[in-house]
Amino acid sequence: MTVGVSLAAADVRHPFRSGFTLDVPRIEVPAGTTLALLGPSGSGKSTLLAVLGLLQTPARGRVLLDGEEVSTRDRRARLAMAAVFQRPYLFKGTVAANVEYGLSLRKVAREKRAQRVEMALERVGLAGFAARSVATLSGGEAQRVALARALVLEPRVLLLDEPLASLDPLLSRRLAADFATILRQDGVTVVWVTHDHDEARAVADDVAVMNAGQVVAHGPSADVMTLPADEWTAEFLGMEPPGHGVVTEAGEGLVHIACGAATEIVAAASYEPGTRVIFAVPPEDVLLATADARVGPLSARNRLRGTVVRIEPRGATWRVVAKVGETSLASMVSRAALDEMGLRVGEAAQVVFKATAVRVAAE
Amino acid sequence: MRIYADAVIEGWRLLASGALDVWTIVLASLRVSGAATSIALLFGVPLGYWLGTRRSVARHVALVFANTGMGLPPVAVGLVVAMTLSRRGPLGDLGLLYSQTAMVIAQLIIATPVIVAVTAAAVSAVPRELRLQARSLGASPFHEMLLTVREARMGLVAAVAAGFGAIISEVGAVQMVGGNLAGETRVMTTAIVQFTRMGRYGHALALAAILVGIVLAVNVLLTAVQTSAERHEAGLR
Repeated sequence: MTVGVSLAAADVRHPFRSGFTLDVPRIEVPAGTTLALLGPSGSGKSTLLAVLGLLQTPARGRVLLDGEEVSTRDRRARLAMAAVFQRPYLFKGTVAANVEYGLSLRKVAREKRAQRVEMALERVGLAGFAARSVATLSGGEAQRVALARALVLEPRVLLLDEPLASLDPLLSRRLAADFATILRQDGVTVVWVTHDHDEARAVADDVAVMNAGQVVAHGPSADVMTLPADEWTAEFLGMEPPGHGVVTEAGEGLVHIACGAATEIVAAASYEPGTRVIFAVPPEDVLLATADARVGPLSARNRLRGTVVRIEPRGATWRVVAKVGETSLASMVSRAALDEMGLRVGEAAQVVFKATAVRVAAE
Repeated sequence: MRIYADAVIEGWRLLASGALDVWTIVLASLRVSGAATSIALLFGVPLGYWLGTRRSVARHVALVFANTGMGLPPVAVGLVVAMTLSRRGPLGDLGLLYSQTAMVIAQLIIATPVIVAVTAAAVSAVPRELRLQARSLGASPFHEMLLTVREARMGLVAAVAAGFGAIISEVGAVQMVGGNLAGETRVMTTAIVQFTRMGRYGHALALAAILVGIVLAVNVLLTAVQTSAERHEAGLR
């Protein structure tokens, strides 16, 4: 198992030709964890990755490896890292020649190289592929070779720039799970660039959402992915914008949040009365019913009345959005349930959720 | 048509009997052009790599020069080299005029731009990300160059073929700086010119056949290398 190191960047500024500037005052990846840099195309995430991976020198800023400042000229630091990009970029020749490339740069003895190559290929599910020409590989196999080529170096930091983006969705999901398992076993520090929320959720401990060169949200995956910091982040993550409110009562681990004229929700959180907060409820924790139905677990403290404003297909289910006061809350509903309830846009509905389902943060 | 038949018969007789000292001339040609191509590769490949991988105004200007250099008239090169090495020229003291060294210098000037331009084209076709990938695995700038050149090796074979082809068949420059001295600076092209002037078509034709044969053999060899590399890359054996 590799011993990961902490990786950080501070005061990074780098102008882009497109006009905006990568501007990251500070970002940190604790040792042995995976940080997903999530954002739309052109948001600067790949450039930030290149800066963190010592592949590009920013106009300004510092990169810290285990607290020590390092640069693109620091070969020792660079040898502690490895990267896998969106396309595998395999070198012409055999699979073995590709996987052992970094080892030969590190002057590892030939016999050891062969052993490590074989082990790395086995780990990515390509045992017996060593002698194959890279020209004969499928897209998924090629990407696995690219991962093996990086893993064989036992890097302390692994940089992954949309490593699954060029693959079909099925293969991409399967490889995401495989990659995440392998990386957790290795204990390596990982920066994973992606524009796919599900991929980020599947692989990352922490998530940093980027927009126009800036990190607009950064924190544990469970927080960032369930409580968007602002309207843009919510829209990007395919969520409803966060609700805004003021804590009116607090006690016994619960707060009452006033959000609009006659709406109050109860959340499991600890904030002083008067604190302005944002909140959100994950769609999978929201139960929706017709206005007159008796539903929901008895322990659900929040039973609000709202109006259905949107019904959108989301794969096998439907996403129904109800407006409660000024706040939009979404729920995932099966096709059968939607038909049974007969809910239509503009109709009244009950929105039910537990206090523990509400994610709250100070504004 | 008789002129051709006579020349062919005479040429064949000369080659078969060994009366014509062909091999001295052939060896001189191969030595001069081989040396010029090798040195041109030594300079041309790194320069071509630099031109093919950089994105700057200087790169564009240098590329224009290299492309223009590909069309340099050999006689112009011969003239400048001859003037430079002549007794009154800046390098006249070296006494190199009418030597194989002077011929290598002239051919080097002709071959280098060809190799630079072809290498630059081949290298620029290698994705920039491949170098970035190598860098991310710990490659130094030198390793990056080695890898890129290896990836562009098909183009490099073309560069060798183009460079060698441009000078082995060239006559103007070598004539001017070499002087066609028998046993020293007489190469196939200058000998062919001389025999033709003297009306000894059989001699000229025999040498021309060998020259074509050498060019053909070099290209067959390089094509075999290319094909074998292609098959290897495609995973065929």
